[in-house]
Amino acid sequence: MRAREYKLRTCRLLGTMEVLREGAGELLGWMDPDEARRWMAEKKSRGLEDKRMPLREAVERFTKDGDYFAMGGFGHVRVSMAAIYEMIRQGRRNLKIAAKTAVHDVDVLIGGEVVDTVECAYAFGHELRGLSPTGRRAVEGGRVKVVAEISNAGFQWRFKAAAMGLPFLPARVMLGTDTLRYSSAKVVEDPFTGKPLCLLPACYPNFVFIHVHRCDRYGNCQVDGTIIEDRELSMAAKRLIITTEEIVDEEEIRGAPDRTVIPHFLVDAVCEVPYGSHPGNMPGLYYSDEEHMAEWLSLSRTKEGVEEYMDRYVHSVEEFSEYVELVGGGEKMEYLRKLEYLQVPLEAPWRR
Amino acid sequence: MTMEYNPTELMACVASRVLEDNRSLLVGTGLPIIASVLAQRLHAPNLLILFEAGGIGPRIPTIPISVGDSRTFHRGVMAASMDYVMSLAQLGHVDYGFLGAAQIDRYGNLNTTVIGDHDSPTVRLPGSGGANDVGSLCHRTIILMRHDTRRFVEELDFLTTPGYLTGPGAREEAGLPSDTGPYRVISQLGVMGFDDESKRMELISVHPGVTVEDVVENTGFELVIPRTVNTTEPPRESELRLLREEIDPAGIVIGK
Repeated sequence: MRAREYKLRTCRLLGTMEVLREGAGELLGWMDPDEARRWMAEKKSRGLEDKRMPLREAVERFTKDGDYFAMGGFGHVRVSMAAIYEMIRQGRRNLKIAAKTAVHDVDVLIGGEVVDTVECAYAFGHELRGLSPTGRRAVEGGRVKVVAEISNAGFQWRFKAAAMGLPFLPARVMLGTDTLRYSSAKVVEDPFTGKPLCLLPACYPNFVFIHVHRCDRYGNCQVDGTIIEDRELSMAAKRLIITTEEIVDEEEIRGAPDRTVIPHFLVDAVCEVPYGSHPGNMPGLYYSDEEHMAEWLSLSRTKEGVEEYMDRYVHSVEEFSEYVELVGGGEKMEYLRKLEYLQVPLEAPWRR
Repeated sequence: MTMEYNPTELMACVASRVLEDNRSLLVGTGLPIIASVLAQRLHAPNLLILFEAGGIGPRIPTIPISVGDSRTFHRGVMAASMDYVMSLAQLGHVDYGFLGAAQIDRYGNLNTTVIGDHDSPTVRLPGSGGANDVGSLCHRTIILMRHDTRRFVEELDFLTTPGYLTGPGAREEAGLPSDTGPYRVISQLGVMGFDDESKRMELISVHPGVTVEDVVENTGFELVIPRTVNTTEPPRESELRLLREEIDPAGIVIGK
């Protein structure tokens, strides 16, 4: 009697789960959760393996043309700019970006002709600095296509669904809007409340770069400050490449395991790249380099300017340490450290 | 005796006065931060500021450039995550949300995605960012934007963030949390609210030197005009001094 009743009720619940609305945006990065489980079981090693390698090798091994990917951090905060420059140097093409608050990262990737497809929560803007000339020009001219819209929480929860091994996560955002109409989400009637509910499909990017403050050779990572979306993103990534300000001894990690935000078995490669977030902010270490940002925003007003920038800062160097020297070396980094610690006043040269 | 001020300073002062003490607020970068910090310094010392990237309750030392940079959790009560802050908003912990937009309609719906056609836009804007989430989940949304007929429009090119959608009951019908929606629109011309019954935008006050006709002329849809329209109190000297000397001394947002 109990069992029968339960079965009937289950049928009724399933019966009401009809799709009320469906976004027309392209569904990128989705997998059946059983496929995701197989990937994680087969492709991720649980062992403690030394994953240190040069960034060049990590980009060669784990990124390929046409991939769908995401950058950790927050667009110009704790973002792996070193990896971005390396992808440009290696001539990656036709990449699709999960623009979950993408700012300077996507801007430079579009300028470097690496990205041609965007799923957009936030892109083509520079927050307080205004709109991005490169991103706008690329979309308005048709070189870059926006194939789906979404909100920041929407993207965050797509990664969370993936991180939980679920096909989707319900949420109460995007409902009633064009953001939903152009997204890959669906609206159903919630079987518990009877109210419409937005279902966000899980999102498993082919690869993700996350820049961290410190990790050990196996990829056990610590981050200072807000973690933003990286807890979920690191779990959702099919391939996860860590760039780090420094590699520390395993015992330092084990001495404070509560501080680990990404454990080694999620990680595919570890690349030590001091100042790797420049010209972005690295909380607690250096603030964003507004002089450099102004140079980019000014040069990127034209295609020729973008080429000039790429020649000067990306193609003229073989690795990131040379770039650090080019942008001002130790003296500049010391200034950015002081700026982070509020010891010198903030200037905004892009205002003029 | 009043000091000279610019429209941005006026908007910051007016916005700050809407915020009450011991309330929570999800903010975007720029003018919303300036207004929130001004409120904290004057009448709302315990205004709880949240940032979408995870900063909770910071003592903002200087204007952040990004809503995720280190200023957004400086001396905060918590450095959390986007999941955490957005979940707090969905759970009902966030009283106010501050938004800007390129276009707004009579129901307070906002566009920050495109001008023109989505697939071949005249102007590509950044997209929702956290705006749709703020407009969907915060109890009251406050919108700060320039007032002219290109921005206050009959029909949006793209509905990025929900206001009252198509009118009374539409938010609930769409599945959005009840008792949420746009609360105030603050422009360089005046302060608008929303009529309780029709959910249409309604003029509350005009700024000093601005007439009701000025507001009507600069609005691309029919605004509800009540019988009495007040004049906004101009920025006080104490407000302007704080803004210029302490909150934004470089004039990054308020200008020089």
